[in-house]
Amino acid sequence: MGIAEWRGRLQRGEVSARELTDQHLARIEAVDGTVHAFLEVTAERARADADRIDAARAAGEALPPLAGIPLSIKDNLCTQGIRTTCSSRMLESFVPPYESTVTERLWQAGAVLLGKTNLDEFAMGSSTETSYFGPSRNPWDPERVPGGSSGGSAASVAAGECLGSLGSDTGGSIRQPASFCGVVGLKPTYGRVSRWGLVAFASSLDQVGPFTTSVADAAELLQVIAGADPRDSTCLKAPVPDYTAALQQPVAGLRVGIVRECFEAEGLDPAVKASVMAAAEQLQALGCELVDVSCPRFNDGIATYYVIAPSEASANLARYDGVKYGHRAEGATSLAEMTARSRAEGFGDEVQRRILIGTYALSAGYVDAYYRKAQQVRTLIRRDFDRAFETVDVLLTPTAPTTAFRFGAHADDPLAMYLADLLTIPANMAGLPAINVPCGFDAQGLPIGLQLIGAVLQEPRLLQVAHHYEQAARVMDRRPQAGLVPEASLLP
Amino acid sequence: MAGQVAQQGDWEAVIGLETHVQLGTASKIFTCASTAFGDDPNTHIDPVVCGLPGTLPVLNQTVLEYAVKAALALNLRIAEHSKFDRKQYFYPDLPKNYQISQYDEPIAEDGWIEVEVAEKGKDTYVKKIGIERLHMEEDAGKLVHAGSDRLAGSTHSLVDYNRAGVALAEIVSKPDLRTGREAAEYASEIRRIMRYLGVSDGNMQEGSLRCDVNISVRRGPDAPFGTKVEIKNMNSFSAIQKACDYEIQRQIKAYESGEPVVQETRLWDEGKQLTKSMRSKEGSSDYRYFPEPDLGPIEVSAERRESWRAELPELPAAKRHRYAEQLGLSQYDARVLTDERPMADYFEAVVAAGADPKAAANWITGDIAAHVNANRLSYAQLPFRPEQLAEMVGMIEGGVISGKIAKEILPGLLEQGGSPKAIVEERGLGMISDPAAITAIVEELLAAHPEEVEAFRGGKTKLQGFFVGQLMKKTGGKADPKLANQILSQKLKG
Repeated sequence: MGIAEWRGRLQRGEVSARELTDQHLARIEAVDGTVHAFLEVTAERARADADRIDAARAAGEALPPLAGIPLSIKDNLCTQGIRTTCSSRMLESFVPPYESTVTERLWQAGAVLLGKTNLDEFAMGSSTETSYFGPSRNPWDPERVPGGSSGGSAASVAAGECLGSLGSDTGGSIRQPASFCGVVGLKPTYGRVSRWGLVAFASSLDQVGPFTTSVADAAELLQVIAGADPRDSTCLKAPVPDYTAALQQPVAGLRVGIVRECFEAEGLDPAVKASVMAAAEQLQALGCELVDVSCPRFNDGIATYYVIAPSEASANLARYDGVKYGHRAEGATSLAEMTARSRAEGFGDEVQRRILIGTYALSAGYVDAYYRKAQQVRTLIRRDFDRAFETVDVLLTPTAPTTAFRFGAHADDPLAMYLADLLTIPANMAGLPAINVPCGFDAQGLPIGLQLIGAVLQEPRLLQVAHHYEQAARVMDRRPQAGLVPEASLLP
Repeated sequence: MAGQVAQQGDWEAVIGLETHVQLGTASKIFTCASTAFGDDPNTHIDPVVCGLPGTLPVLNQTVLEYAVKAALALNLRIAEHSKFDRKQYFYPDLPKNYQISQYDEPIAEDGWIEVEVAEKGKDTYVKKIGIERLHMEEDAGKLVHAGSDRLAGSTHSLVDYNRAGVALAEIVSKPDLRTGREAAEYASEIRRIMRYLGVSDGNMQEGSLRCDVNISVRRGPDAPFGTKVEIKNMNSFSAIQKACDYEIQRQIKAYESGEPVVQETRLWDEGKQLTKSMRSKEGSSDYRYFPEPDLGPIEVSAERRESWRAELPELPAAKRHRYAEQLGLSQYDARVLTDERPMADYFEAVVAAGADPKAAANWITGDIAAHVNANRLSYAQLPFRPEQLAEMVGMIEGGVISGKIAKEILPGLLEQGGSPKAIVEERGLGMISDPAAITAIVEELLAAHPEEVEAFRGGKTKLQGFFVGQLMKKTGGKADPKLANQILSQKLKG
């Protein structure tokens, strides 16, 4: 059941916000010991918020669009008065004195916060395995990763612990876990959504977006969080269109570009390839025209990304020095020692690796060969897309080269882990909106996702194509069961 | 000119200044926290100032306006597109451990100012000093070392972020300065311009204006540059001058005695009047600059630039020229009057009210300036209004009162203001300009001092002064001095 249906039931009094919240809190209680999607469950606040909504409804007040809808939030989005850890020892006890713009908009729209979800430390990773607080598990198979970095958000939605979640996507951190967990995940156009209160990883790439169990729900959440913000200079001022209305536009005649390079990519699982090709054919059956498209620089995205993102991260994470907040090493005898030891203790290996890569890439003597060169390639990737969108409406690719892998599968090989983002990174490089929609399952019953990429601010078009496909394919009718209490047993 | 060079034979100093000017906006460059100075530590901070996770900078548009106006006044070319960069280094006074600054695309480049170099016992000359660039950046906080009276013995350090995020304009001169005096005059002209524009108070004691000097010496103007030494910690123009002159001598001596001059940062020690080594600077630090992704490009359209240009006041150099050329003032008077804009405004209001510029200049730079300075008043609030001074100057010129009377009534006017004409009438202080009245007094005087008259006629003509004194005493200083002298001479000769 989607947000629109729950809204109707809440408004008609068929269910109370408190009941809906309690059901989800019970679901968390039942399954999160296995899934570990949540770092903190804010049950008390959730019940109080739900009660307030019920009281407002009882008083005859008009309810805002997300009134009573229980959501989870990735723990790199600042929540005032609630610990925001980025899954790092460095911020283990950090309580922000301010609220992120996106969450503020959700609460104003009546949404109920159930808790903060797990991620790879500082959003650096593709499996949640780098979380200081331990990994989350894939609801489809608890022996497998949920993807990352927003793995906790994806898993919480897939496991039915909440109706939706917000994550952040720097190189695929929304779409890849959405693909692994069989849910919808949308990364908006860079600047469509405010970054105020999102703890920065790579500022020129980071973007907040929703996880939901349907495209229509993604449209609902995007509607609330999108739009200009005077606190974020990179946030676009373009008016926010009606995303839900866009879903109903017919897709017949739209041109869907099949990015040739993606299907030739090294390491692409044949089951994934077959499933996504089948989805393309389904779109064709819906009246879309399939167009073979070449983006020669597509596969250069990953090399480019692993220069630019760590470079920005090396500066963004420099503030964690143990001076003002966050972890401070005990017993240091000098300032330099205090900073160095606080950082060595506070950051995990992957974070330290990326800080080192970024510091190196920006150093005198290397900055031209790495950072500047990467920026040039970034421009070329963007041009590939510009050219492609001259002839097509959306691009279609697999979201991830494989389905969810087992814990530790890439433990000794960071590069293999980095390849999980091969197909998602180019959209970040070009600042384009992109969405994961579940399109099938592999032989192990693990979800496969397709990615649609749109031109700048073409979220309506993206959501429209995704919605029509979703409604035709009905892949989402199958929900995870493995090791989990069936969702249906808890909801009325 | 350029005395140092001449005295040192073929040695020539090459000096450039980096000037940090705090822009006087009410709030900080990237957030709305206050910029007030002197309050309790960490009372003007917010999450952005402290660089808390998830916070973002937003450029204060008044900072941009002030920076562009400052750049226009320094004849710099304003970039239509520029950007911010991150300058990275670890220090606890820098909350994010990077400073948002401008690196390779500053807001303005390639300008100049005209500096008047005046030194006691030397000819005043005017020199054009090139300016490399002006860029915007955020200030850092301050460390307070605690646990001991001296830095060396301190046990811990406290951080005050009140200053962190205050807007700075960094102005980099070309290496066009040759003496300590030129460096001091340049810095002082920068300060004057900033104060005229109202973009900074230029208070060196409070750190609103800070200068770092880069200095080297070489053998003659065609020789390659010598090793550059940076000097910091000068908090007055006189300290800049002395530090440069000291450093020039130190470097020349080092070269002449075969010792190396090393590239380093030195601190000016005001107590000992010398520079001492702070840290060596082998190779430049690697700040790992890269474009600030949290801020978009800075766009200044031609329309916006020109509308800001139209708001610029007349600047000190232009005023100096105008005062000298159009108002006929001496270079010295023009310089003194234009030093601070309120004094120049006062002067111009007096002249506009009809006063003779030279006479007005004398009164203002003399008694009035002394009174204003001694009582720390502002010209805008001075009870003695410009039109009243103009009235007084006119009365002296028209022979209504003498300068002596004017000096007598001035203290009251400075305290309370008022019409000099009314005061003179009320107190009967008008000049006695009636020849018959003066003749009568003179005759009375001569009759009372027969011996002096005799002596005068015997050749002691100096005694005329005695009679003038007596006459003024008798008239309470009101006798028209010219007329009195004339009549006295006549009568004394018999």
